[in-house]
Amino acid sequence: MGLYLASLLAGLLMGSGLAIAQMINPEKVIAFLDFAGNWDPSLAVVLCAALAVSFIGYRLTIGRDQPLLANAFHIPDRRDIDMPLVAGAAIFGIGWGLGGYCPGPAIGALSLGLWEPLMFVAAMLVGSFLYGLLTRQR
Amino acid sequence: MENFTPYSAAAGGALIGLGAALLLFFNGRIAGISGIINGSLPQPKGDTLWRILFIAGLVLGAGAVVWTTPLAFIPRTGFSPILVIAAGLLVGFGTRMGSGCTSGHGVCGLARMSPRSLIATLTFVATGAVTVFIVRQVVGG
Repeated sequence: MGLYLASLLAGLLMGSGLAIAQMINPEKVIAFLDFAGNWDPSLAVVLCAALAVSFIGYRLTIGRDQPLLANAFHIPDRRDIDMPLVAGAAIFGIGWGLGGYCPGPAIGALSLGLWEPLMFVAAMLVGSFLYGLLTRQR
Repeated sequence: MENFTPYSAAAGGALIGLGAALLLFFNGRIAGISGIINGSLPQPKGDTLWRILFIAGLVLGAGAVVWTTPLAFIPRTGFSPILVIAAGLLVGFGTRMGSGCTSGHGVCGLARMSPRSLIATLTFVATGAVTVFIVRQVVGG
């Protein structure tokens, strides 16, 4: 039960943070990526603040045997750099620059009740599905 | 540097980091949203509910801000639906291939000092910037 409440709470915190930081506004994200134009560094501040808190949280957590409410940690342990990582990130970045949305903010933006985030999220799910198809057929 | 909003950026960012820290400390999970979504497609039993709750929280948390305070920005309208869909496809495809997005790699991965996340983050910021450059400066969009 606590596990589920914690999941909900984590989502609430992230969602409210994304909205307060205006990350659900694609134009603000694009303005950050627009280094050659009217540059808005806000996203950099968002990331730094998020990292600072996340880092503290991470340091407080490792060294524990278990998470507080779950049986085990599910933390990726790969350290190798491979083609899917780089190519995937590159492709993601293109989509991010094109639309101004990444997964979290797009979902948060659904709260605005507009078509655009809805279309984006639907397409995002299809895109993910397509990649799943691709790798399953190997 | 128009529209620079350092205070709300810092406050919002801190909340994002807090949410990630909470999920790690309590659930032992990385708050990588693309991973959380992708993992909620056909899954071993018992693994779906927490994901649904997290995503519901994302929407409700953003909603709590958006529905109760004056919107700090004018939502974009009239943007080409074809571009929105293309962007969504690329983001969905790319985040799955690349095992993460800005929250997974950027907020969580960098905090763990993961070399994979560092490379991923630098890469998607770079291609994101190049894309915006091409659209804005070259195509004039």
